[in-house]
Amino acid sequence: MYYAVTIATLVTMGLALLRAVLGPSVYDRVLAVNMIGTKTVLLLSVIAFLYGRPDFLDLALAYALINFIGVLAVLEFFRNRALRRSTERDEGT
Amino acid sequence: MTMLLDILSWVLLTLGGLSVLIGGIGALRMPDLYTRMHAASVTDSMGTILVLLGIMLQAGWSLATIKLIAILLFLLLTSPTSSNALASAALLAGTRPLEEAGQDDDEGQE
Repeated sequence: MYYAVTIATLVTMGLALLRAVLGPSVYDRVLAVNMIGTKTVLLLSVIAFLYGRPDFLDLALAYALINFIGVLAVLEFFRNRALRRSTERDEGT
Repeated sequence: MTMLLDILSWVLLTLGGLSVLIGGIGALRMPDLYTRMHAASVTDSMGTILVLLGIMLQAGWSLATIKLIAILLFLLLTSPTSSNALASAALLAGTRPLEEAGQDDDEGQE
C-alpha cells in the first residue's frame, strides 16, 4: 500500500512539473515549485517506511525547512520587483 | 487490535494518496492562478494530514512518530504562510481573479 501512495505522489509531482513548465506567469511556477517541495517531503516520509529506513525522516524535516525559506525568499524578490516597477510607472506618467 | 490499526492506517493512506492526486490534477486543469492555489491547498493540508497520520499509525510509539508529528506541525504552519505570501504578491503585481460568468463589466474599477 505504500507503493500506491508513492505512485500517487510521483504522478502529482509530474503534473506539478508540467504546470511549472506551462505556467503563464511567474506565480504559477512558484506555486508549482512549492507543491513539488511539499510532495517531496511526503515522498521522503513514505519512502522511509517503504524501505524501513527511518533516517529519511530527518531529511524530510530538513527539506521542509529549506523549501519554506526558499519560497518566501523568491516571493519577496518578485514582490520587490513588482513594487519597483509600479512606482516607476507611476513616476513616468 | 493490530489488525484494526492496520486497516485504519491503510484507509488513511489511500485517502491521502487520492487527495494528493486530485489536487495535482486540479492544479494542472484549473483556469486561473487563484483557483490553482485552491486546488494545491488540497494536497498541502488534506493530503499531508492523511498520509502522515497513516504512517504514524504504522510506526507506533517510537522516535519516528515524534519526527512525523514535527513534520506535520511544521507543514501545517508553513503552507498557509507561503500560500498567503504567494497570493498577496500576485495581487500586488496586478493579477486579477477571474470574473464571474454572468458579469462582464470589469472596467468599472479604478
